[in-house]
Amino acid sequence: MSSKVFKDAQSALFDFKSGSTLMSGGFGLCGIAENCIDALTQMDVKDLTVISNNIGNSGRGLVKILVQNKIKKAFCSYVGGNPDLEKQMMAKTIEVELVPQGTFAERIRAAGMGIRAFYTPTGFATPVAEGKDVKNFDRPCILETALHADFAIIKAQKGDPYGNLWFKETARNFSPLMAMAAKTTIVEVEELVELGEIAPEDIHLPGLFVQRIFQGKDYKNDIEFLLLEDQS
Amino acid sequence: MSWTKEQMADKVISLFKPGSSINLGIGMPTAVAERIPPQSDFMIHSENGVLGVKGRPTKETVSPTLINAGKETISINKGASFFDSSMSFGMIRGGHIDYCVLGGMEVDCEQSLANWAIPGKKITGMGGAMDLVNGAKQVIIMMTHFSKDGESKLVKKCTLPLTGYKVVDLVVTEMGLFRPNGKAFEIIDLAEGVTKEQLKLP
Repeated sequence: MSSKVFKDAQSALFDFKSGSTLMSGGFGLCGIAENCIDALTQMDVKDLTVISNNIGNSGRGLVKILVQNKIKKAFCSYVGGNPDLEKQMMAKTIEVELVPQGTFAERIRAAGMGIRAFYTPTGFATPVAEGKDVKNFDRPCILETALHADFAIIKAQKGDPYGNLWFKETARNFSPLMAMAAKTTIVEVEELVELGEIAPEDIHLPGLFVQRIFQGKDYKNDIEFLLLEDQS
Repeated sequence: MSWTKEQMADKVISLFKPGSSINLGIGMPTAVAERIPPQSDFMIHSENGVLGVKGRPTKETVSPTLINAGKETISINKGASFFDSSMSFGMIRGGHIDYCVLGGMEVDCEQSLANWAIPGKKITGMGGAMDLVNGAKQVIIMMTHFSKDGESKLVKKCTLPLTGYKVVDLVVTEMGLFRPNGKAFEIIDLAEGVTKEQLKLP
């Protein structure tokens, strides 16, 4: 087996270049590819199209490359809690396509599954429907197209050298879908384990969809809103 | 006397059938989450990828990878499950979630909802709201009855950008419980002492 295992984020991103379309996993700051994002802050790249649910939050995550003006266009579903993105949107220094979150997930899934487009009632008669084909099934639906990417950067709790992945709790979110939708999927893991260590029936994403994997380090795993039983 | 937020939440909870799956939006619906009796058998869904949410964690059980769609730390019930965003929204869009409770800015007689954007104001994005209103079996809107100008937010026709067209089943406000039927709002229940005239219904 030719090796998919890389030393670190920098080496795994060796051919990443300006103008690329990048998918980045995570919901808010939960499950984001911290090492890859940090490596991107050190790279001389620009004019990126980024597909990510929140484009970071509260000055963290993808916001680190956003404030370096490396992102030209963003696809996301929610920007509340991301003042840096709101600022760039208002100043029109970035183009943002807001996509309903389920449509966002499905457009990414569709790309990975070979589906070119699909009809959904989500967004009908809203600003999301502008310029889109409408067709009546049981209800009026709008046509949404697949979202592809050149690269996906995702994080998993455990992965093996083939790229089989296991995600922890709610950190899975968009990551398996993005891994299937990108030409080159780069995975960072908290634990790089031996082949066979993750039981086949426990694999959340088969390694087929993963091109590169590395053992990450120094994870912050930030909590955005810490609420505990005795406080609430 | 109008209902308190807690009374509104209890009214919403009284609508849920035992064993229901429920998605609660951010904003006012979070009050519903706080009022759900601990012994209930509801399955609370959060669209970031969990079914079976139960309250808050302790200092010992808190985990940065266990959050709800509001990015707050949560705890889970026995029988809970985790999944990716595609399956999570498949639950919503495929019509498998029994109830969703969302906040609102305007609801109209035609059952349409506006709750995500005010032209010219700060943009936050729609998140999962547009999927929820089109997919959940029952869509319940929980909101204050009047705008800051004292106008009813239950209107003839929404003026703000829509979240969903002909999707709302019930509206709970501090004044009562209402059902838009295509032409008007039917009054299902009123807070004690509230009169029909006070509602300013269209």
